[in-house]
Amino acid sequence: MTDSATTPPRQPMAALPGGEVTEGGPMLAADGRPLKHSLKRALRREKLRAFLLVSPLLIFILVAFVAPIADMLFRSVENQIVSETLPRTVVALREDQNLPEAAPGEPVYEALYTDLFIAAEYKSHTRLGSRLNYEMTGLSSLFRGTGRDVGRFDTDIYTDQFVEAEPALEDPVAWSNWMADDEIRAALPATADAWDAWVKLTVEANEDDPLEEDVEDFVYTALYRDLSNGAAPAGFPDVDVSGFESVSIKALFEESDEDWVDPEIWQVIKTYSPAYTDGYFLNSVDMMNGPDGDAQWRPADEQIYLKLFWRTMWMSLAITFSCILLGYPIAYLLSTLPLRSANVLMILVLLPFWTSLLVRTSAWKVLLQQQGVINDTLVWLGIVSDANRLALINNATGTVIAMTHILLPFMILPLYSVMKTIPPSYMRAAKSMGANDWTAFWRVWFPLSVPGIGAGSILAFILSIGYYITPEIVGGTEGVFISNRIAYHISSSLNWGLAAALGTILLALVLTLYWVYDRIVGIDNVKLGG
Amino acid sequence: MANGSSSEAFVEFERVQKSYDGEKLVVKDLNLSLPKGEFLTMLGPSGSGKTTCLMMLAGFETATHGEIRLDGKSINNIPPHKRGIGMVFQNYALFPHMTVGENLSFPLEVRKLSKSEREQKIARALDMVQMGEFKNRRPTQLSGGQQQRIALARALVFEPELVLMDEPLGALDKQLRESLQFEITELAHRLGITVVYVTHDQTEALTMSDRVAVFDDGRIQQLAPPDELYEKPQNSFVAQFIGENNTLEGVVEKIDATSCLVRLDGGEVIDALPVNVSKVGERTRVSIRPERVESNLDRLHPDAHTLPATVQEFIYMGDTFRTRLNVAGRDDFIMKTRNAPDQPRLKPGEQIRIGWLAEDCRALDA
Repeated sequence: MTDSATTPPRQPMAALPGGEVTEGGPMLAADGRPLKHSLKRALRREKLRAFLLVSPLLIFILVAFVAPIADMLFRSVENQIVSETLPRTVVALREDQNLPEAAPGEPVYEALYTDLFIAAEYKSHTRLGSRLNYEMTGLSSLFRGTGRDVGRFDTDIYTDQFVEAEPALEDPVAWSNWMADDEIRAALPATADAWDAWVKLTVEANEDDPLEEDVEDFVYTALYRDLSNGAAPAGFPDVDVSGFESVSIKALFEESDEDWVDPEIWQVIKTYSPAYTDGYFLNSVDMMNGPDGDAQWRPADEQIYLKLFWRTMWMSLAITFSCILLGYPIAYLLSTLPLRSANVLMILVLLPFWTSLLVRTSAWKVLLQQQGVINDTLVWLGIVSDANRLALINNATGTVIAMTHILLPFMILPLYSVMKTIPPSYMRAAKSMGANDWTAFWRVWFPLSVPGIGAGSILAFILSIGYYITPEIVGGTEGVFISNRIAYHISSSLNWGLAAALGTILLALVLTLYWVYDRIVGIDNVKLGG
Repeated sequence: MANGSSSEAFVEFERVQKSYDGEKLVVKDLNLSLPKGEFLTMLGPSGSGKTTCLMMLAGFETATHGEIRLDGKSINNIPPHKRGIGMVFQNYALFPHMTVGENLSFPLEVRKLSKSEREQKIARALDMVQMGEFKNRRPTQLSGGQQQRIALARALVFEPELVLMDEPLGALDKQLRESLQFEITELAHRLGITVVYVTHDQTEALTMSDRVAVFDDGRIQQLAPPDELYEKPQNSFVAQFIGENNTLEGVVEKIDATSCLVRLDGGEVIDALPVNVSKVGERTRVSIRPERVESNLDRLHPDAHTLPATVQEFIYMGDTFRTRLNVAGRDDFIMKTRNAPDQPRLKPGEQIRIGWLAEDCRALDA
C-alpha cells in the first residue's frame, strides 16, 4: 500500500482543455464549451450559405410548382360557390323540412329571391349554374333564365303599398338612418340584412351612392315579411301590413320556370351547399351523391372514369414493358461497346430529344394510318390484303407504339448508366468459373442491371401515366388516357373541380405504386448511375 | 526450364501475335512454355502486352496468330468457360449481389455439383484462406484484403490446375500486399497449381515467382528466375526495369569471351562482362547495380580499372548509405553501401575513386 499522504488526491475529471473527455460528460472543445455546440456554431455559416444558394430555386419551386399544385388539389374538394352565391338560401334550406319528398316552403324561396336578385346583379348566378350543371344537367339554363326574370318579379306591389302607407319609406336617407339604429335592426332582421345587401350592391356593383338611389323591391319584400311577424319597433314608421295585398314568391319562381318546384333540383342544391364536397371525387370514380345523400353508382352509360383509369394503367404498363424489351438490348450493347462507338450510338438514342415531340408524334400518324407507309408496305408485300389494312392508329395500339418510341430514351439512359457501372470483369469472372454466356448473363449481369430496369421503369411508367399530347394525337377514342380527360375538363368543360379530383387520384395512384415498388424492389436499388 | 517448347510443358504459347486494330501488334511473336506447378510472373510496364497475354490464355481475347496450348491441347477455339482456368482479378470481381458463400458456390453450381459436395468444397476453400466465418457476409462488408482472399478462394474452389492472377494485389496497401504475397505463393506451392501472375510491381514479381517474364513492347525481354533476372539482365531494358541501375555509355574497345574493355564517351576505360556485344567498335550501354559499386579499392582486383568520382549528395538511409556521385560526366550515378563501422560517411564535394568487378558490370545493347 502506498502512503496516502504522499499520493496526491485524485482530481475529479472535468472541463479539461484541448478536446479532452470529461468522465461521463460530453466531449469539450478547447474553450470548454461542449464540442457538439462548437461544431454546430462552426457549421451554421455553412448551412446559411447553402440555404442562400438554394433559396432562389426554392422560392421559384414554391411559387411556381408547390403552390399551384396545392391550389389545384384544394379545388377537388372546394365548393364554396353555392354558399357564397346563395348564402340565405343555404341557411333556409337547412331548416326546411319538406325535402326530399316535396319542394321547400315559402321561406326558402324568399331567401332565394334575395340571393338570386343580388347574384344576378353581380352576374355570378351563371357561374353557379355552370357549377351545379356538373351535378345535374339543366341547372345552368334554369339559373340563367330566372336570373333574367328575377328583377321583374311582381314584388313591386309591396313597394307601392308601403310607399302609399308611409311616403317616408321611399326616402333612402330615412332608410339609412333607421338602419343605423341597432334596436330597429334587431327587430327587423330580414330587412336589415336585405338593406345591407342592397347598400353593398349599389356601392360595389353599380358604383352609385345608395342615398340617391331608389330602394329595391326585395328590401320591401323583406320588410313585409318582418312586419307580418310582429309590430314595427319604436322609431320606425308603424305600418299595418295585415291589409296588404300579398304575393307568393314560390309562385313567382314557378311562373319563371316550373323546375323550381321540382324537389330533385332542390336536393342537388342542398347536397352541394356545404363549403366542401366529396362530389368531385365521387364523380371521378363514376359515382355520385344520391337523393338520400348516400354515394351510389352513376348510370352505366355515364360511367367513364374507372375505365379510363384502368386503361391508363394497363397501357402505361404495356408501354413500360415494351420499353424494357426494346431498350435493354440497346443499353447492353452500348455499355459493352468501346466508348467511341458507344458515344456515336448514344447520339442516335438522344436524337429524339432534339426533335419536337409533336413532329415525332405526327410522323407516327403518317406511318401508321390505314393509307400510311406501314400498311402500304404490308399490302405491297402481300402480308395483309388491301381490304384488311391494319388499324394501327387512333386506337390503343397507336398510343402504345408512339409512346414506346417517345419514352424509350428514358428507359435506355438509366439502364445504360447502371450497366456502365458493372465492371466487365464480373462477366469474365463468371465465365472463368465455368458459366456459359447465358448463365453468366442471367446469374451475374442481369441481377446487377435490375436497379437500372427499376429506375427506367419508374421513369417511363410515371411519365406515361400522365402523358397527354401523344395519346391526344394518335389515341383516337380508344387510346386516350385519363390525362386527356383532365385536360378536357380544364380547358373545355371548365369543370376544374373534377379535373382536380381526377388529378389528385392520379397523383395518389402514382405515389401508391411508388410505395409498392419501394416495398417490393426497394428504392435503394434504383440507380440512375454512379 | 528452357524458353521454348518442352515435352512436359503445361501451358504453351507458340508464335502468338495479337493486334486489336490490324495496324499495330500488341503482342509480337510470343513463345513461352511453363511446366506444371510453376509460378510464373509476367512483369512489365503498362501497355507492354502482359495483360493481353493473360486474357488470351483465359480466352477473353483471341490470338491473331499462333497457337496457345494447355496440357498439350490447343485451346484457341475453346470458349473461356470450358477452359477450366481459375482467375483472380485486380478489382476482385466478387459478385456484389451474392454472399461470400454464394460467390464460391457459383463455379460449383455451374458444374452441377450436389449441395453437400458444394458445402464441403466451399468450407475447405474458405478455410484455406482463413475466411471460414465470413461465409454469409456480402463482399461489400469486407475489407480489400478480405475480398481478395475470397476472390482467391473462389478461383481455387473448383480445383483448377491453372490459375491466372491479374494484378490481384494492386489495390491493397503495402503491408497487406506483402502478407498476401506470401500466402498466395505458399498456397500455390502447397496445392501444386500452376500460376500465371501479372503485375507491374517488380518486388512482387521477384519475391513470388519461380520465373519472371519481363515484357516490353509486345515481347518477352527476358524469362528467368528472379535472381538471374536481377543479377544477369540480358538487355538494357531489363537492367533498367528491374531494380536500381547505373548506366554508362561507350564503345567496345577490346573483347574476349569473358571480359571486355569499354571506352566511355568521356574517355575513361572500364572493365565489363560482354552480354550483348560481340565485336570491337560496337556501341554499348554498361549496367552496374549501385550495391556492386566499390569505393574501397582494396577489395578489387589489383589491375582493375577505376574511375574518379565526385560526391554530390550523401543520403543516410539507416541500414544503407546512398551516395550520389558524378562519374564520367553523369551526376546520377548511385552507390549504395552497407552501414558498417568502417564505411566512411562521405561529404559532398569529396573526390573518391570507384571501381567494380568485371562480372558485375554488364555490357548490354546500346
